[in-house]
Amino acid sequence: MLRTFRLGGIHPPENKLSAGKTVAILAPPPQVIIPLGQHIGAPAQAVVAKGDQVKAGTLLAKAAGFISAPIHSSVSGKITKIDQAVDASGYARPAIYIDVTGDEWEETIDRSETIRRECTLSSQEIVAKITAAGIVGLGGATFPTHVKLTPPPGSKAGILIINGVECEPYLTSDHALMLQRGEETLTGVSILMKAIGVDRAIIGIENNKPDAISHLRTLARTFAGIEIMPLKVQYPQGGEKQLIDAVLRRQVRSGALPISAGAVVQNVGTAYAVYEAVQKNKPLFERIVTITGRGVANPSNFLVRIGTPIRYLIEAAGGLSGQTGKIIGGGPMMGKALVSADIPVAKGSSGILVLPREEAARKPSLPCIRCAKCVAVCPMGLNPTLLMTATEFVQWEMAEKNYIVDCIECGSCSFTCPSHRPLLDYIRLGKGKVMNIIRTRKS
Amino acid sequence: MILIAILTLGGIGMAGSVLLYAASKKFEVYENPLIAEVQEALPAANCGGCGYPGCAGFAAACVNASSLDDLLCPVGGADVMNRVAAILGQNAAKTDPKIAVVRCNGNCQARPHVNRYDGARNCAVASALYGGETGCSYGCLGYGDCATACTFGAIHINPATGLPEVIEEKCTSCGACVKACPKNIIELRNKGPKSRRIYVSCVNKDKGGPARKACANACIGCSKCVKECPFDAIQMDSNVAWIDFRKCRLCRKCTLVCPTKAIHELNFPPRKEAATEAGGAKTKDIINEKTNSAC
Repeated sequence: MLRTFRLGGIHPPENKLSAGKTVAILAPPPQVIIPLGQHIGAPAQAVVAKGDQVKAGTLLAKAAGFISAPIHSSVSGKITKIDQAVDASGYARPAIYIDVTGDEWEETIDRSETIRRECTLSSQEIVAKITAAGIVGLGGATFPTHVKLTPPPGSKAGILIINGVECEPYLTSDHALMLQRGEETLTGVSILMKAIGVDRAIIGIENNKPDAISHLRTLARTFAGIEIMPLKVQYPQGGEKQLIDAVLRRQVRSGALPISAGAVVQNVGTAYAVYEAVQKNKPLFERIVTITGRGVANPSNFLVRIGTPIRYLIEAAGGLSGQTGKIIGGGPMMGKALVSADIPVAKGSSGILVLPREEAARKPSLPCIRCAKCVAVCPMGLNPTLLMTATEFVQWEMAEKNYIVDCIECGSCSFTCPSHRPLLDYIRLGKGKVMNIIRTRKS
Repeated sequence: MILIAILTLGGIGMAGSVLLYAASKKFEVYENPLIAEVQEALPAANCGGCGYPGCAGFAAACVNASSLDDLLCPVGGADVMNRVAAILGQNAAKTDPKIAVVRCNGNCQARPHVNRYDGARNCAVASALYGGETGCSYGCLGYGDCATACTFGAIHINPATGLPEVIEEKCTSCGACVKACPKNIIELRNKGPKSRRIYVSCVNKDKGGPARKACANACIGCSKCVKECPFDAIQMDSNVAWIDFRKCRLCRKCTLVCPTKAIHELNFPPRKEAATEAGGAKTKDIINEKTNSAC
């Protein structure tokens, strides 16, 4: 019997159009736009100026605080300006524009293909390297990885869980990574195990990726302490708390960190980035991005430099086909519609989904019929219809009492609602407001 | 038999009344009778515009305050405050009536759509998601959170322009719309003599180029009005002008120099000179524009 998380969950159509496609390397575009806020926490502070020459891997901006991450150049060329650019947030925010010339990398980066498995560094040295490389959670949440590897005093992780679930429909970037960079990824996992001082890691993979499961299983025999656990397909299994429940049968208390359940969770993409940072001295400046959906001619997986405007990805995937309805950054469940094709790929961009018009339209919202389907599917055990109403009528106390801040914004409620109510739209707003209220109360 | 019933029930009644009397004496809460009297004078709108929880809360605040200087019922205005002052034997602070002013003129013609939003029709939700359907991320979203918040029916979205309009007679300047607007484009300003007032109808903080590209009616931060103003009433902050209504003497020089007609004048008689007529008429036109284009 395969495991999965026990509360709620849905089964959206998988639509993994780009599954099995080899990762193609996308050449740097003529100009990249590198946003300074690509992670959760304070945006990085630029340390370069207009006119500076940079190489791939050159530090562009330093971390502004502990919960922040540095940003490196993804190309070689000249900085043309430091200005505002509309990014995936939908607002204009500071970004660095670089005109690309050639493809020179910093000399410290090991560009060879050879896989280096041995790592003799200590835990602190590993974390320092990860911090300097600007690695953030590549599953989409973009939480700075070094923060997760530095548990608060008094708590100790017993196990590392690696998220190879990729439960979002359409997306295949992690799948492609596990198949094609399996050994590197597993080396990254062992490095992460060393960094947090655990001797056991479990990689959770949904069983709709049998090739990845068997490939990594074969490889894992040569690594100490790494197990592969196939999981029953269910959305949102890639959520941190859901994955801990699925793998360990432990629940994380409301408001507590996963470490309270004795686990640290990292994405497979993050593990691969850690391998590159620690073994190859390569900062995080490129990532695998899925470009998919029925709105593009050839759904594919690309290795893309951070800062590449998404129009280059769309062109490389054969261009738009038919009438485009929406371009979504991320997957269809948690992703966000993008306002322009000039928005650059950032560290957290796991996929670009192009939906044709007939698939993209949202149906008009009808009154709630009290069927409680949203309550049944909520993986956090919340009451979405109540939370939406509380937000709509500005009842922050009611929203807080009903644990609005525990919402993981997975969108299962909106997906399942037969009245097409914009449940998550409101809950996300309410969650932000209540979190602000709690923050002001504390300070 | 009847006698027993009467005595029993009468006895219970007597005992109960004694208990109630004792309880009411023991747990009596003294309330200043003035509070009720002041509350009587208030408009009973319970809008919260004064900053207190309803009219009763405001009445208590008035009675307990040593002076009425910082207290104002925006709905009742000077009339009500004078009455309250008379009850309390104090002097009401002199206040000018205020009105809500919408500082965005990005109508359909001026501000072309660059994308379509199909999420929840709510400004706060849309604003939390992204900059909006047009190139201007500062302007009105047009889903009417202000109209929903207004308990007096004084503000509504004009379907022709997609922008909110304030009905002067109904607006009590309670400030509910100001709080509801996630873009902070609504401001409480002096109503002005004969309801005449001048304001910059834009809050776009972008530099001139991008602002102008996003909206033809945007303030581009050129500072011409600042130089023109003889009373030093206009300030330029982050590429957007703001007219201090306490200093403005309504000379209307700024509206003439504004290259994008972002400065609006309301309720003035038409200008005499032919050359300037266009300026005055334009403002009226924009405000009352009736177009068929759907926003």
